Amino acid sequence: MQDLKLLANDKRGKTELGSRRDLVGWHEVTQGSILPSFDGDAIGIALKKAEERVYSNFNSYTATVASWRVQKPVFNIDVCIDCQNCWVWCPDSSILSRDKQMMGIDYDHCKGCQVCSEVCPTNPKSLLMFNEYVQLEDALASWPEKKKKEK
Amino acid sequence: MATTSIKNLKEFSTTNDRFEGAHTLCPGCAHSMIVRELMNCTDDNLVIGSNTGCLEVSTAVYPFTSWDTSWIHIGFENAASAISGAEAMHKARKKKGTLKDNDASVKFVAFGGDGSTFDIGFQWLSGAIERGHDFTYICLDNENYANTGGQRSSATPIGSTTSTAQAGTHSYGKKEKKKDIVAIMAAHGAPYVAQLAPNKWKAMAKGFQKALETEGPCFINTVSPCCTEWRFDPKDTIGITDLATDSLMFPVYEIIDGHELNILYRPKTVIKVEEYMGAQGRYKHLFKPEYRHIIDKVQKDIDEQWDYLQRREEARI
Repeated sequence: MQDLKLLANDKRGKTELGSRRDLVGWHEVTQGSILPSFDGDAIGIALKKAEERVYSNFNSYTATVASWRVQKPVFNIDVCIDCQNCWVWCPDSSILSRDKQMMGIDYDHCKGCQVCSEVCPTNPKSLLMFNEYVQLEDALASWPEKKKKEK
Repeated sequence: MATTSIKNLKEFSTTNDRFEGAHTLCPGCAHSMIVRELMNCTDDNLVIGSNTGCLEVSTAVYPFTSWDTSWIHIGFENAASAISGAEAMHKARKKKGTLKDNDASVKFVAFGGDGSTFDIGFQWLSGAIERGHDFTYICLDNENYANTGGQRSSATPIGSTTSTAQAGTHSYGKKEKKKDIVAIMAAHGAPYVAQLAPNKWKAMAKGFQKALETEGPCFINTVSPCCTEWRFDPKDTIGITDLATDSLMFPVYEIIDGHELNILYRPKTVIKVEEYMGAQGRYKHLFKPEYRHIIDKVQKDIDEQWDYLQRREEARI
């Protein structure tokens, strides 16, 4: 497995949604208010990778929805062919893909919808759903064998 | 204009996401697939406005925003007018030379759900397209007011049950046909109008790039299956979209300058609309013997529409 910590910005998934009661409420936000997504300049942000960006505390990148999940996808690098189907169809920007390679899953933002596992074309699938409490090593150890084509 | 390469998925995947996770859209929602694809198909600065709808309320849950670009939170109907104002202001300031970066390429995009496009924001959209501002309007068509509990909209197809047009012993759900929004927008004289689907990612990315490059108002209707209100399992979002495009319920095509129609996806084997309807809970009642004729009627309409599109493509009118 690649080191996913290198791909994570140190602000990722720090706060649970709805837990920031210390911030002002809607009634104090007037018309024309601005929430900055980044600390400092946002010019050329399209060319920066997530780990190079300086996210502000208002960016939902700093929030997490991990508690929504019942099942989690587990990624098996040995079977993956880097087709990037999961990357293009992930609704939560949770597939980490760098330099045309699939690197892993962002468990802070994944909601466990299973779309990635459905669109995975390999045999056996390189993304499978496991219960949230299953350890990654146990999940990888119980990976199914290649299925033979039915004639 | 800095478009990213969409030659194949591997090249496309080198772009950096500008739509962040931890928004509160349902798991498996197609809205965010479409928004991500739009923002990934260009490196230009984007100014985006959203009509009220699922997308707007879910991506701006205070104190968080999921957008890494300029994004305007606006009323139910006026994303099109807000974005045309922003575009006019940008044009004027560019002329005067008062912008921070005068050479930067900026694209203007408005998002709306089907409720705010077909019904509530229709007049505003029509006006913005008539005025000819340089923007792209993208309708995320999930065929009901999903944000408020699945009421009927004029995008809801005939026979579908919604919370305000319920199926039961005396009714088969909505009785009226869906508005043909693509034809209406093409009739406005918009330079680029298209209907796209997220499962055909390449056709969709190409369409988005074409719309962003085209000067003038462009309209794109995208199919966005709603797992909550269409009543299917979240994991089947792409599968349902496949059924929708293969059964020609949602043909994928574009109309350039109001007359040049190109069909962008022709299914190898056209499936019956029954298969598409059977996969969703909102059409369940149509399979009862007394409502069976509705399915036949829908199938007939689809065949006629497909025939019409093919003839139009050939005739170039």
